[in-house]
Amino acid sequence: MTVAIVDYGSGNLRSAAKAFERVAGERSVVVTSDPDTVAKADHIVLPGVGAFGDCRAGLYAVDGMVDAMEETVIKQGKPFLGICVGMQLMASLGIEFGEHKGLGWIKGVVKEINLTDPTLKIPHMGWNTLSLKPSGTAHPVTSDIEAEDHAYFVHSFACFPEDETHILAETNYSTPISAVIGRDNLIGTQFHPEKSQAVGLRLLENFLSWRP
Amino acid sequence: MLKARIIPCLDVKDGRVVKGVNFVDLIDAGDPVEQAKLYDQQGADELCFLDITASSDNRDTIYDVVRRTAEQCFMPLTVGGGVRKTEDIRKLLLSGADKVSINTAAVFEPELVKEAANKFGSQCIVVSIDAKRTGPNKFEIFTHGGRKETGIDAVEWALRMADYGAGELLVTSMDKDGTKSGYNIALTKAISDATSVPVIASGGVGTLDHLVEGIRDGGATAVLAASIFHFGTYSIPEAKAFMAKAGIPVRPIEGN
Repeated sequence: MTVAIVDYGSGNLRSAAKAFERVAGERSVVVTSDPDTVAKADHIVLPGVGAFGDCRAGLYAVDGMVDAMEETVIKQGKPFLGICVGMQLMASLGIEFGEHKGLGWIKGVVKEINLTDPTLKIPHMGWNTLSLKPSGTAHPVTSDIEAEDHAYFVHSFACFPEDETHILAETNYSTPISAVIGRDNLIGTQFHPEKSQAVGLRLLENFLSWRP
Repeated sequence: MLKARIIPCLDVKDGRVVKGVNFVDLIDAGDPVEQAKLYDQQGADELCFLDITASSDNRDTIYDVVRRTAEQCFMPLTVGGGVRKTEDIRKLLLSGADKVSINTAAVFEPELVKEAANKFGSQCIVVSIDAKRTGPNKFEIFTHGGRKETGIDAVEWALRMADYGAGELLVTSMDKDGTKSGYNIALTKAISDATSVPVIASGGVGTLDHLVEGIRDGGATAVLAASIFHFGTYSIPEAKAFMAKAGIPVRPIEGN
């Protein structure tokens, strides 16, 4: 059993890899830019930090990677986790320094957080509470999130899925923000589970034992 | 609701933890990784390593400290001190740092902040602002641990750095650092009111009241402290309980 963390030059993959290793048990965790390795993996993880357009360009610049992901994740239905911008890339469109097409796996758009309280700071940075939506309460990866569980967020843009049931959990920053989105074998977290101490490690563990 | 963050900071020299009073008279007190694990267990919201004499000392020790910490602590880690070029930032991020703070180099080469934010994303670029009071409600940027004045106004500088892509500002009062007399609230507030990015208050914490003041009066979204935690004067849970009692929203300690 292999967990593939897709390396396309975006940010620090070491923390994600270390966090997965902590909960992986017998599985091997690989950080890879090789589409064949991704194609053969049992779990696919797409991290990402920075701007939507840059990440998209970086991902598409890895020859064959998006095809390999489409094949394993969409056609074969292997469990997929997107983290932060990796989650945002699942959307149809990102509006950040221009408009950029996403993977289109979850219908919706990524755009700037629209604060209703002007004293709040951007980026939305720090620990915020998670609140489950009905689809999250029923989801094996998120169902054990409790009312006062906090996760670590760092972002200025947020994902707005068209279908409300694709939002599994929200957080609030003067306005509701999608914290976990997903459908079928796809799940994504706006926050960083690899930086969210026990709450984050538990989510990663749930992801690895998930049989969508 | 977003919570105020408590960030213990470890001053590191040659891979060992130190803490100075006004940046001199350093006292050696332990292994940074052991300290980091303790703070992690105690429920600190983030960790900060400041490689204080990195400009002149053996630089590579910090990468090893960061690497070992990142293997054991699953929480955000900021590393600063002696960061001069994008290559330094890249190496720290690859070692396992989540954010890198730029101080002196930003003053001498402001474009570095722009370049770094473009290359790695604003979320990992912290600009460290060391300021001293030079007149009534007038603060100026100082470099080299507070020894060199620059003539740059602190608030103008903060605005420029935010504009260049800093994702966060670490504001340290060089008058207050090591004095245990509390943050410089006027400085913290001037910068947090003027800018739209999160501000971390730093320099001068002696009591838990000071942490409350940094958030409530200074408008910071995070408070950084070194010696009160490092020397065990207070623990992170004590700090959190105190802040919660004062009406500041904090993340409860996990498992409690």
